[in-house]
Amino acid sequence: MLTANQLVFRAGSRTLIDGVSAQFEPARLHLILGPNGAGKSTLIRMLAALLQPAEGSVLYDGNDAARWHERDLARRRALLSQAVDVAFSIPVRELVLMGRYPHFGARPGAADLEICDEVMRFFDVTAMADRSYGTLSGGEKQRVQFARVLAQIWRPLEGAATRILFLDEPLTFLDIRHQIDFMQKVRAFASQKDVLVVGVVHDLGLAAQFADRLLLLCDGRILADGAPRDVLTESNLRTAFAVSPVVLTDPATGRTHLVFESGSTTP
Amino acid sequence: MNARRLDRWYLVALFVLMVATTIASIRYGAMDFSAHDMAAAAWGRLTGNPNLTLDQRIFIQLRVPRAILCLLVGASLGVGGTLMQALFRNPIVEPGLVGTSSGAAFGAALFYVFGALLKINLGGWTLPLAACAGGVLSTYLVFALAHTKHEGRSSILRLLLTGLAINALFMSGIGFLSYVARDPAARSIIYWNLGTLSGADWNSVIVVGIATLGGLIPAIAFAKSLNALMIGEDEATALGVNVRRLKWMVLTINVIMVAVATAFTGVISFVGLIVPHILRILRGPDNRFLILGSALLGGTLLSIADLVARVLLRPAELPIGIVTAVVGVPVFLSLLRSREYLS
Repeated sequence: MLTANQLVFRAGSRTLIDGVSAQFEPARLHLILGPNGAGKSTLIRMLAALLQPAEGSVLYDGNDAARWHERDLARRRALLSQAVDVAFSIPVRELVLMGRYPHFGARPGAADLEICDEVMRFFDVTAMADRSYGTLSGGEKQRVQFARVLAQIWRPLEGAATRILFLDEPLTFLDIRHQIDFMQKVRAFASQKDVLVVGVVHDLGLAAQFADRLLLLCDGRILADGAPRDVLTESNLRTAFAVSPVVLTDPATGRTHLVFESGSTTP
Repeated sequence: MNARRLDRWYLVALFVLMVATTIASIRYGAMDFSAHDMAAAAWGRLTGNPNLTLDQRIFIQLRVPRAILCLLVGASLGVGGTLMQALFRNPIVEPGLVGTSSGAAFGAALFYVFGALLKINLGGWTLPLAACAGGVLSTYLVFALAHTKHEGRSSILRLLLTGLAINALFMSGIGFLSYVARDPAARSIIYWNLGTLSGADWNSVIVVGIATLGGLIPAIAFAKSLNALMIGEDEATALGVNVRRLKWMVLTINVIMVAVATAFTGVISFVGLIVPHILRILRGPDNRFLILGSALLGGTLLSIADLVARVLLRPAELPIGIVTAVVGVPVFLSLLRSREYLS
């Protein structure tokens, strides 16, 4: 269980996050939506305990994340950013193995190497294990980064502590096929491994298809929080994004579909 | 894992190379010693024989400490280069980048120009102290100026650029001092800026030795965290690394190693830049290998350079800074061209 308790974050005189509270549950996929500058990245960095809130607290299984040791945090929560810049040319296998760093001392154990192989298989990157990261395409790089991040929280922890995966706009540099593939894998991972996922995405359509729950963020506050069909309403979207799409509901699946036409922006 | 075992063999090979170079470096010079001469001198020293010949005393008091100082200074520069390149995530960084070596050179230049006037005389220690103080003070200046309230993603970049600016300032200070200085002092400043190990004695070996080992051992402990930094500051934090603490620890280690080494030998360029690259081309960027490897290879390269500096124009000596570039650049360039290193 992940709890955000009245979070506030300020940069100078501006308040970027203004009193956000929410509960996130294991095995579910939560996506945060919002226009540019709504505070999505700030919020997810606070939830991942990479940023200290000015007020409020982030609780992992009821314990204040700010008081945890970096390494203990790293064993239970992982973060994937939109593009990871790797400074030196390193073999793919070594990069994926970095995900296990919080779990071993000087040298990886047998379990670490085994997990490394499993995640590489899960993401179809085994064939490139010995290649240099710098020679991969953008999509391949992101798959390798995803494998690294999952390696970090692949297996259950002692005491059944909740494992949390944070995604900060991970789809930005992927084509549509890889975006769908990626979201399917995240869903499968969340439900099979009982991992709590919180992500920021830009694509409302993908969010509607894959999320268990959506949080719509606007001006540092939560505008709407709930199932996709309850959040993606015409009035919410107009308030948050200043667009008026046609909102359709598939009668067979109950899923929401958005149609944007030219002229759907509102003044 | 196989790569690990291969790393270990590389380290063994580098160690053997370092020992071989050191033997050559104590054997050859302005005067050559045979194996028998060397053994006799060493035996005489160990047994406390008071009647050593002049040659034997030269060997014990000058040649051997110089060879050891080469290893220590080369190791400090090599490890400093590896640490700074890893920390700044940038392959063109030198260990002196945060102001350390230009500050040390400025301290030394001040000593050459004003030392006689101030009448502060600590014997042979005055110059190293002036240089070391200059190195530490200028580095502190860089840190203080680069420090802002926002410890964000730009903090390392700000440090790098502040270092560049402060270096430029001290270099112009050195230029000014050598411009106004009269001849012996002006020549000394130039000579010191090209580096020399001719001042080596057992005292300098002890002081530099403490700084080198005192930096190397904790540096090895930070190798894994520096690896994590390859993928970025936020990502390393997410992997459980305390990036802020890592940054200050690594910078402190680098300043101690480089300021002390530079204080005794002058500014020796290029070793700290190319040693990490040569090793990365051979074995990749894993700092768990690079740090120890760059200590061994840095020492070896500097020994070779010093040997060349002593032998080429003997009995005269070349400044070592001239040789490090002449020896290092061809090796570096040929390796750069041979592999897909920069991809």
